[in-house]
Amino acid sequence: MADQDYREEEILGKAYDARLMRRLLQYLRPYLAEAAAAVVLLLLLSLLQLLGPYLVKVAIDAHIARGRVAGLAAISLLFFAVLLLQFAVEVAQSYLIQRMGQNIMRDLRLEVFGHLQRLPLSYFDRNPVGRLMTRVTTDVENLNEMLSSGVVAIFGDVFTLTGIAVVMLWIQWQLALVSFLVVPFLTVATFMFRSKVREAYREIRVRIAKINAYLQENISGMAVVQLFGRESRNLDHFRKLNYDHLEAFLRTIFYHAVFFPVVELLGALAVALILWYGGIRMHAGSLTIGAVVAFIQYAQRFFRPISDLAEKYNIMQSAMASAERIFRLLDEPEEPDFRSPAIRPAVVRGEIEFRGVWFSYNGEDWVLRDVSFRIDPGERVAFVGATGAGKTSIMSLLTRLYEPQRGCILLDGVDIRHIPRDELRRNIAVVPQEVFLFAGTVEENIGLGNERISSEAIRQVAEALNIHEMIEKLPRGYREDVRERGSRLSLGQRQLISFARALAHDPRVVVLDEATSSVDSETERMVQEALEKLLAGRTALIVAHRLSTVQNADRILVLHKGEIREVGTHSELLARQGIYYRLYQLQLAGLKVERPVEGESSAPSSEAASHAPATRA
Amino acid sequence: MDGLVEDLKSLLPYLRRYRRSYWVGLAAVVFGTAFQLGSPWVLRFAIDALARGGSPRQVALYALTFVGLAALAGIFRYLMRMTIIGASRWIEYDLRNDYFAHLERMNPAFYHRWRTGDLMARATNDLNAVRSLLGPGIMQAASTILVALGAVVQMFSLDAVLASIALLALPLISVVVFRLMRRIRLLYDQIQAQYSRISEKAQENLAGIRIVKSYAAGSREIRLFAKANEEYVRRNLKLAKVRGALVGTIEVLAGIGILLILWVGGHRVIHRHMSLGELVAFMSFLAMLSWPMIAIGWTLNLIEQGRASWIRIQQVMQEEPEIADGPRTDFSIASLRGAIRFDGVSFSYDGAWVLRGVDLDIPQGAAVGIVGRTGAGKSTLVHLIPRLYDPTEGQVRIDGRDVREIPLAVLRRCVAIVPQESFLFSDTIAANIAFGTDGSEEQIRWAAEMAGLLEEIQSFPQGFDTLLGERGVNLSGGQKQRVALARALLRDSAILILDDALSAVDAATEERILRNLRRIMRGRTTLVVSHRISAVKDLDFIVVLDEGRVVEMGTHDALLSFRGLYWELYQVQQLEESLSAL
Ligand SMILES: Nc1ncnc2c1ncn2[C@@H]1O[C@H](COP(=O)(O)OP(=O)(O)OP(=O)(O)O)[C@@H](O)[C@H]1O
Ligand SMILES: Nc1ncnc2c1ncn2[C@@H]1O[C@H](COP(=O)(O)OP(=O)(O)OP(=O)(O)O)[C@@H](O)[C@H]1O
Ligand SMILES: [Mg+2]
Ligand SMILES: [Mg+2]
Repeated sequence: MADQDYREEEILGKAYDARLMRRLLQYLRPYLAEAAAAVVLLLLLSLLQLLGPYLVKVAIDAHIARGRVAGLAAISLLFFAVLLLQFAVEVAQSYLIQRMGQNIMRDLRLEVFGHLQRLPLSYFDRNPVGRLMTRVTTDVENLNEMLSSGVVAIFGDVFTLTGIAVVMLWIQWQLALVSFLVVPFLTVATFMFRSKVREAYREIRVRIAKINAYLQENISGMAVVQLFGRESRNLDHFRKLNYDHLEAFLRTIFYHAVFFPVVELLGALAVALILWYGGIRMHAGSLTIGAVVAFIQYAQRFFRPISDLAEKYNIMQSAMASAERIFRLLDEPEEPDFRSPAIRPAVVRGEIEFRGVWFSYNGEDWVLRDVSFRIDPGERVAFVGATGAGKTSIMSLLTRLYEPQRGCILLDGVDIRHIPRDELRRNIAVVPQEVFLFAGTVEENIGLGNERISSEAIRQVAEALNIHEMIEKLPRGYREDVRERGSRLSLGQRQLISFARALAHDPRVVVLDEATSSVDSETERMVQEALEKLLAGRTALIVAHRLSTVQNADRILVLHKGEIREVGTHSELLARQGIYYRLYQLQLAGLKVERPVEGESSAPSSEAASHAPATRA
Repeated sequence: MDGLVEDLKSLLPYLRRYRRSYWVGLAAVVFGTAFQLGSPWVLRFAIDALARGGSPRQVALYALTFVGLAALAGIFRYLMRMTIIGASRWIEYDLRNDYFAHLERMNPAFYHRWRTGDLMARATNDLNAVRSLLGPGIMQAASTILVALGAVVQMFSLDAVLASIALLALPLISVVVFRLMRRIRLLYDQIQAQYSRISEKAQENLAGIRIVKSYAAGSREIRLFAKANEEYVRRNLKLAKVRGALVGTIEVLAGIGILLILWVGGHRVIHRHMSLGELVAFMSFLAMLSWPMIAIGWTLNLIEQGRASWIRIQQVMQEEPEIADGPRTDFSIASLRGAIRFDGVSFSYDGAWVLRGVDLDIPQGAAVGIVGRTGAGKSTLVHLIPRLYDPTEGQVRIDGRDVREIPLAVLRRCVAIVPQESFLFSDTIAANIAFGTDGSEEQIRWAAEMAGLLEEIQSFPQGFDTLLGERGVNLSGGQKQRVALARALLRDSAILILDDALSAVDAATEERILRNLRRIMRGRTTLVVSHRISAVKDLDFIVVLDEGRVVEMGTHDALLSFRGLYWELYQVQQLEESLSAL
C-alpha cells in the first residue's frame, strides 16, 4: 500500500515543490515577528563580524604601525566590547531561531495528531500504527534541521548572493559575465541533484515508516512471535526492510558526496576563469591587478553562500520529503461531521431505528443487507447470530465509526448524520468486543479523564458491577497502573473494567458487544443482576453468543449473513423453531454429558481419567 | 566529557567492523584539507605572476593548477563522505538489526515494564543521534582538529611567545566548555525522555483509536498530547539557551585570544621585537582558528547528544532476558512427548501470589480442562508451560524434565498455544495461519477447516490471500479467534493449549470445532481453558482453580458430585438454560 502511495506522489512532479514550500511557510506566519527579528539580528551579526577585523586594521594602521602605545588600550577595549555584543547577538539570534523552529514543529505535531483524531476509522484499518506514529514524530522531527538552521539563513544567503552579483556586474561587467559562465552548469547540476536526491528521500520516508510499522507490530505481538518460533524469520524480514532503507540513504550520500564537490569545483572554475580572462585583459592593459584581485575575492564570496546553499539544499530536500508525507496525511478527508441543520436533541430518549441499511467495508461486499429495526427507548434488545454475521458492524454504524452506503439510522427520530458526532457518541456508550485499556490507573481507564465523572461515581459503578473488591485488592487499588493495554490484569478483569467504563459515562444508550465473553458464569450472573438496576431507563443493545446472556432481553434479533432473519422474544423464537431454536438446542446439548461417538473416542482418555485422581481441596 | 570513553566503549565493536572505511575516510580528510589549504597559495602565486606581468599562458597554467587542486580536494571530500557517512549508515543498519534481535529475545516481563512508544522512540530518534555522532560527528571532529592543528603549528613556528599567549585562554575554554557539555547532556537526556512520552502517547492513542472515538475522547487526548508537547518545547528551549551560550563562549574566548595578541603583539611591534608583517600573518592564522573553534562547539554538541542517546539505547540493550537458554539447558533434548507435571508451583508477578502450590500431573496424551473464576490464574498457569514466565517456586516438568532444562526452541516447537487474546499480523490470512511453520497450501486449508473457518474464508473475495490489517482489524471477533486457532493447529505439536479459545464463537460453530478438536486431540496432550462448561465437560479430567489454588480436580461427573465451585459454575449455566426452557 505504501508503495502505491509512493507511486502516486511521483506524478505530482515539480510544480508541487513551490506549493509545498508555500504551504510550509504558512507555518511561519504566527512567528513572523520572531523570524524578522532573527533576520535583523543575523544582519547585525555579520556587521559586527566585519567590525572586528576593521578595528584590528585601525589598531594596526593608526597605532601599532605608527608606534603609538596610547590609543592601543582604548581600541583593544572597544574590540572587546564588540566581541561581547557579538556574543549577545549570537546567543539571542540562535535562541530565537530555535524557539521558532520548536514552536512550528509543535504546531505541526499537534495539527497532525488532531487531524488523526478526526479521520474515519477506515483510515486506521488501512494504516498501521507505526506508520502513523512516524508521521507524528519522526517526520516532523525531520524538519528540525531545516527549521533551525535552514530557513532564515537561506534568506541571508540569497540576500548576499544578489548583492555580490550586482556589485560584480557594476565593477566590471565583462569579467562578471565570464565568471557567471559557470552558473548554467551549476543550475544543471542542482537540477539533477534535486531530482535524484528527492526521489531517494521520498523512498526513505516510505521505508522508515515501514520499518517502524513492522517494529511496532512486532513489539506488540512479541509473545506470539516467540511462541511460534518466528524470531529468525521476522528478523530476516526486518533486515530486509532495514536494508531497503539503508540502500536509499546510501544513494543520497552518493549524490550528496558528488554534488557538493562539484559545486566547489565550479566555484574554483569561476576563479580560474577570472584569472585566465583577467590575465588576457591585463596583458592587453585594459585591467589593473587591483581589479583582478578584488574580483577574485568577490567571486569567492559569491561562491561561499552557494556552497552553503548546496548544503542547505540537501537538508531541504529531506525536509520536503517529510513535509510531503505530513501534508498528505493532513489532506486526508476528515470523518464527516453533522449535516446541517445540526440537531441537538435536548434530552435523548434512546429510540433507535435502522431503516433499510446496506453496508460494506469495501465495494460490493455487503456485510449488512437491508437491515431495518426499531428499538424503543429503554428497551433491551439482543443481537444473536453466527460469527461474522455483522453484529459488531451494526454497532459500529450506530456510533458512526463507519457510514452505511444506503439507508439511514435514526436516534429519537433524527437521522444521526444531523447530530454532531461527539454529541452522538456521548449518548451511546460501547463495551467493544475487543477490550482496550490505556496505560494508566484503573480510575483513569474507567473515567477516561472525563471531568464529569467523579471518583465517587466510578466507585459506585465498580461496586455495582462487583469489581470493587477485585480493584481494591490491587496494590494501589484504583490508582494501580494497569500498564499498556491493561496487561496488568487478566482478560476477564479488563473486560469488566471496560464494562464499568461504559456505565460510568451514564449514557442513554448502552451497547454491549460480547461484553462478558471472557468472564466466568458466576461473575456474569452477578453482572446480569447488576444490569437490571444499571440499565433501568437506558436503551440497551446486547450482542452475545452465550444465549444465557441474552434470553432475558425484551426482544432478540437474529442476524444471518448480514440480514435480520428472526425477531421476537426468547420463547417466541423458540416456538418458531428457526435459527435461534437451533442455536439454543446446541447450547443446551453442549451441557449434557455426551459420551463420545464411537470411533471418535480419544484412546488414552479412559486411562488418563483413571490416572487423574478426583480431588477436592 | 567525563567518562566519554567509558560510555561509548560499547560502540567500538561496531566501529571496528567498518574500520577500513573510517581509516580511508580519515586519510581523505587529511588530504582533502591539505589540498584545500594549498589552493590559496596557488592563487597567491598566480596573482604575483599577474602583478609581475606574467604571460597569459603562465597565468592560465596557474589557473589550471588551481582547478586541478580543487578537483583533487573534491575527490577526497567525495571519498570522505562516502566512507565515513556511509559507514555511519551501515552502523545504524547494524544497530537497528541488533536492537530488533535483542527485542526478540526479551520476555513478556520486559514488555510489561517498557512501553511500546518508548522502545520505538529509542529505535528512531536516539538511533539517529548516535548515527550523527558516528558520521558527521567524527568527520567534523577530524577536519576541525586538523585545521586547528595546522593553524597552531604555523602560529608557533612564527612566534612561540605570541602563540602561547594566544592559547592562554585555552584552559579557561576547556573549563567552561566542560561544564556546559555536562549540562547539555543532562538537558538532552531529559528532552529524549520527553520525546519518548510523546511517542508513547501517540502510540497508545492510535492503538486505541476505536475507544477514543467511541467515547468522543479526542479533544481530551489532544489536550494531553499538547501538554506533553509543551513540555518538550520547554526542555528544548532550555537546551537552546545552553547551546547558544556554548557557541558564544567559545567565540568570545577565541576573541580574547585576538585581543591579547593585539595588545601584546602591538607592544612588541612598537618595541621592535617583531615586524608588522609577522603580526598580520599571525593574526590571519588566528582567524583561521576561529572557524574550527565554532565547529568545535557544534561537534561537541553532537557528541554529547549521541552519547546521551547511546546510553538510552544501551538501557534497552543491556536488559537480559530472564528466560533464555543457559548453563542448565540440555541441548540433547530434541523433542518432547508431552507429559506435563506441575510440582508445587507458586507464582507471583510482583509480590502478590497468583498461583500457590499447584501440583498437577497430566499424562502424555491427556485432555485436561481448566476452569475457574476470572483472575483465578488460569492464563498464568498455562503460560508457565511454554515459559513465557518461570515459576517463582516449584517446577514445571515436561517428560520429567524441568522446562528450564529444555532448549527454548524445542520447548516452543512442542507447545502450540491459542492465546486468550488473538494477535494476528498484517499479512495474508494464509500467512497468518502458516505463522511459524512452512505449511503447504493443503495443510493451511486443513487447519482452516478444523477451525471451522474454511467456508468463511472462501467467501471472501480474495480468499486465503485476503490481507489483514494490523491485529486483524478487518475480521470479526470470532474470525480472528479462529484464525489464531488454525495457526496453533497447524503447528501439529505434542502439547496443545487453548486459552479460552472459543469465547467469541457461536454455539453452532463451537460445536463444530469441538467435534474437530476431539479428533485432533487424540494422542496430544491438550489443555483447554474455558469459562464454558460445554467446552471442558467431555475431557479426561478438569482442574478447578480458585485464587491460584487447585481446589478441585476430576472428571465432570466426579466434580459435579463434589458440589463445589465447578458444580456452582455448572449450575449457573445449567440453571439459566433450563429456566428458559419453561
Ligand atoms: N474493518 C473491517 N474491514 C473489512 N471487513 C470487515 C471489517 N470488520 C469486519 N469485517 C467483515 O465484516 C463481516 C462482519 O463482521 P462483524 O464484526 O460485524 O461480525 P460479528 O457478527 O460481530 O461477528 P463475531 O461474532 O465474530 O464478532 C465479517 O465477514 C468481517 O470479516
Ligand atoms: N503481568 C501481570 N502483572 C501483575 N499481575 C498480573 C499480571 N497478569 C495478570 N496478573 C494478575 O494475576 C491474576 C491472574 O491472572 P490470569 O490472567 O492468570 O487470570 P485468568 O484466570 O486467566 O482470568 P480470566 O478468566 O479473566 O482470563 C489476576 O489477578 C491478575 O490481575
Ligand atoms: Mg463481533
Ligand atoms: Mg485468562
